[in-house]
Amino acid sequence: MAQEGEQGVRARVLADDPATDEREPVEGVAVRFFDQSGAELGSEVTNAEGIAEIPLAAPGIYQVEIDATTIPEGMSLPNAEEIRREANVQAGRFATVIFQLVVGEGGGGARGTDITLRRVLQLSVDGIKLGLFLAMAAIGLSLIFGTTGLVNFAHAELVTWGMLVAYFFNVLGVSSLFGFTAGWPWILNGPVDLISAALMAVILGGLLGWAADAAVFARLRRRGTGLIAQMVITIGLSILIRYIYLYLFGGTGRFFRSYAGQQAIAIGPIAVTYKDIIAMTVALVALIGVGLTLQLTRAGRAMRAVSDDRDLAESSGIDVQRVIRWVWVAGAALAALGGVLLGQSDVIRWDVGSQILLLLFAGVILGGLGTAYGALVGGILVGLGIQLSTLFLASELRSIGALLLMIVILLIRPQGLMGRKERVG
Amino acid sequence: MNLGSILEQTISQAFGVNAMVFAMAVIGLNVHFGYTGLLNFGQIGFVAMGGYGLGMSITIFGWNPWLGILVGLVYALIFALLLGVPTLRLRGDYLAIVTIAASEVLRILVRSTTIAEWTGGNTGITNFAGAFYQFNPFTERVYDFGPFFYTGPNLFILSIGWPLVLLVTFLIWQLMRSPWGRVVKAIREDEDAARALGKNAYWYKMQSLMLGGVIGGLAGILLAIGNSTVQPDYFVPVQTFFMWTALILGGVGRVWSPIVGSMLFWGLLTATDGVLRGFEAEGWIPRWLMNASQVGQIRFMLVGLGLALLMIYRPQGLFGSREEMMLDAR
Repeated sequence: MAQEGEQGVRARVLADDPATDEREPVEGVAVRFFDQSGAELGSEVTNAEGIAEIPLAAPGIYQVEIDATTIPEGMSLPNAEEIRREANVQAGRFATVIFQLVVGEGGGGARGTDITLRRVLQLSVDGIKLGLFLAMAAIGLSLIFGTTGLVNFAHAELVTWGMLVAYFFNVLGVSSLFGFTAGWPWILNGPVDLISAALMAVILGGLLGWAADAAVFARLRRRGTGLIAQMVITIGLSILIRYIYLYLFGGTGRFFRSYAGQQAIAIGPIAVTYKDIIAMTVALVALIGVGLTLQLTRAGRAMRAVSDDRDLAESSGIDVQRVIRWVWVAGAALAALGGVLLGQSDVIRWDVGSQILLLLFAGVILGGLGTAYGALVGGILVGLGIQLSTLFLASELRSIGALLLMIVILLIRPQGLMGRKERVG
Repeated sequence: MNLGSILEQTISQAFGVNAMVFAMAVIGLNVHFGYTGLLNFGQIGFVAMGGYGLGMSITIFGWNPWLGILVGLVYALIFALLLGVPTLRLRGDYLAIVTIAASEVLRILVRSTTIAEWTGGNTGITNFAGAFYQFNPFTERVYDFGPFFYTGPNLFILSIGWPLVLLVTFLIWQLMRSPWGRVVKAIREDEDAARALGKNAYWYKMQSLMLGGVIGGLAGILLAIGNSTVQPDYFVPVQTFFMWTALILGGVGRVWSPIVGSMLFWGLLTATDGVLRGFEAEGWIPRWLMNASQVGQIRFMLVGLGLALLMIYRPQGLFGSREEMMLDAR
């Protein structure tokens, strides 16, 4: 909120990349400011946040013009004639004018009109990749619901946590924070490779899950706090955690070291990068590991038992609270790994949580809330649905398909694809 | 640090446009959740519908501005129907997820280039509020009286908005004392019991969703006129969460809670902002801990923390009674 008496015009220059649907600030674009009579008031160049602003003495109508010659190569304004926009400045406020650039030549959102086999195959591979990552992140959400009945709105923050922890170890390194550890072995020294960083993300992810249950949710269960109240608490926590990330990490998107921009290799008609193959293999191995653990080990059977019928499990001698603690640890660790994989395939940002939370919900509801395998199937379906819907829809609308599919599934099969029939209404 | 100026800003904001719009939207939310027990986490979608209905009918369709207000309310009503038909049979937590998803679908849709010729894409709709401001009697640039500091246009919308908020509050108070109100409260307490008494719970919940939704739409209309613009990026889910914070702050299911909660929410937000900025300017907070651009972030952290702590330690809010409002799944 601007201080009283402090008004002005702010131009934000952003680029909407149709391939990733990310809005990135564009630095170094010249913006000129005019008053209503057309007299130039000044010129500014956008900073790292894509912002150029000037303070103004009085409110009124002002003009903002972007200097098209300073737009970085490979980007353009969607409507080339719209270089000048109007801003209605009110007293004590900064009026913001947004210039949205597109990558490539001008035109609306990228819409695929040609449906070729090659595109379908490519989008399917991309969809399965996204789906695997979402599935990993969603299993914890589903299992926590299954064992405790809690809908955790802060679950996507666990995904972001994994992403940011891996970024810290991969790019900054421990010695950037504690200088005296420089020269110590492995992770205590400077930046490490992404595999070690991912390992740390999984460990610290599990730790955060343990802490969340031990410090907050186990206590709430003991106090007998209602599930809806707990759900609202997770909403509060997700806002808190998200802005702590912004505070610590800053608002810009970043990438892992040495993993940005790799050459794609062609397999038949489809192009995949080497890192994609590794990431998908890691995800598959982890998911098969989860499946085997749930199916074959004592701990896994206990988790499924508690998820199926908590009272029955308790009366047959299972320590329900301990199982729930382990579900939190495992779910958070998986979410963190999913975050690392999402981060290497896309951009690392503080607010990734708000972008994927609803996709995670769509996945678990599609598959059946409370079932681990349902989350797996649902996550992959959501990933596929998102990518394949760009065949028919502008890419900026692609997450709508997944959300609408979730609503339709709730209508015709509320228990989800893999869920048992029970009353949800 | 100028404590007097912080106090003035706090009071101005507590009675300001944001608080007024919130109060109206939260009245709707209170009808949904406080009285009927519906977990609506998509209230911002109704607000967006109201604003876009008004903006679109004036700028795109070129209709009469007063008709535009009606269109805004009808949009909100349609959104309630679209949302209610598939979801009101679902259990509470599912309803929460679907309502938040629906409001996001709406936001993504209106800011997309696909239908930008009707909704203005990511820049939204502007230049429609002039028709209302021609009645603005407050022609001076700023009005500074007592602790209040408003621009002329702001004072105009406030002088219409707050009486409307009071009127709607009064109507809802009367409605909730009526037989209809007793039925929806019975549904909140025990839906099966209400059904066993022959009440059509689904239809009552639908009516409640429509009523609260239209009130949300009215909030959107006030917001659109007050800001002279409808921006898609305003209608993010976090706004709904702020409305919930305001509702819980005031006390769920109480007549005055939307007004009190919204004023408290915006007052506290402004006060924290002023105090943090003051501390920063005085150099009382070390620069490595917080710089001026991080004040906003810390404010949001405090909102999140506040919502969580309220729910843990005082779910009935400041003025609610614990007996009447034990939040639980239904």
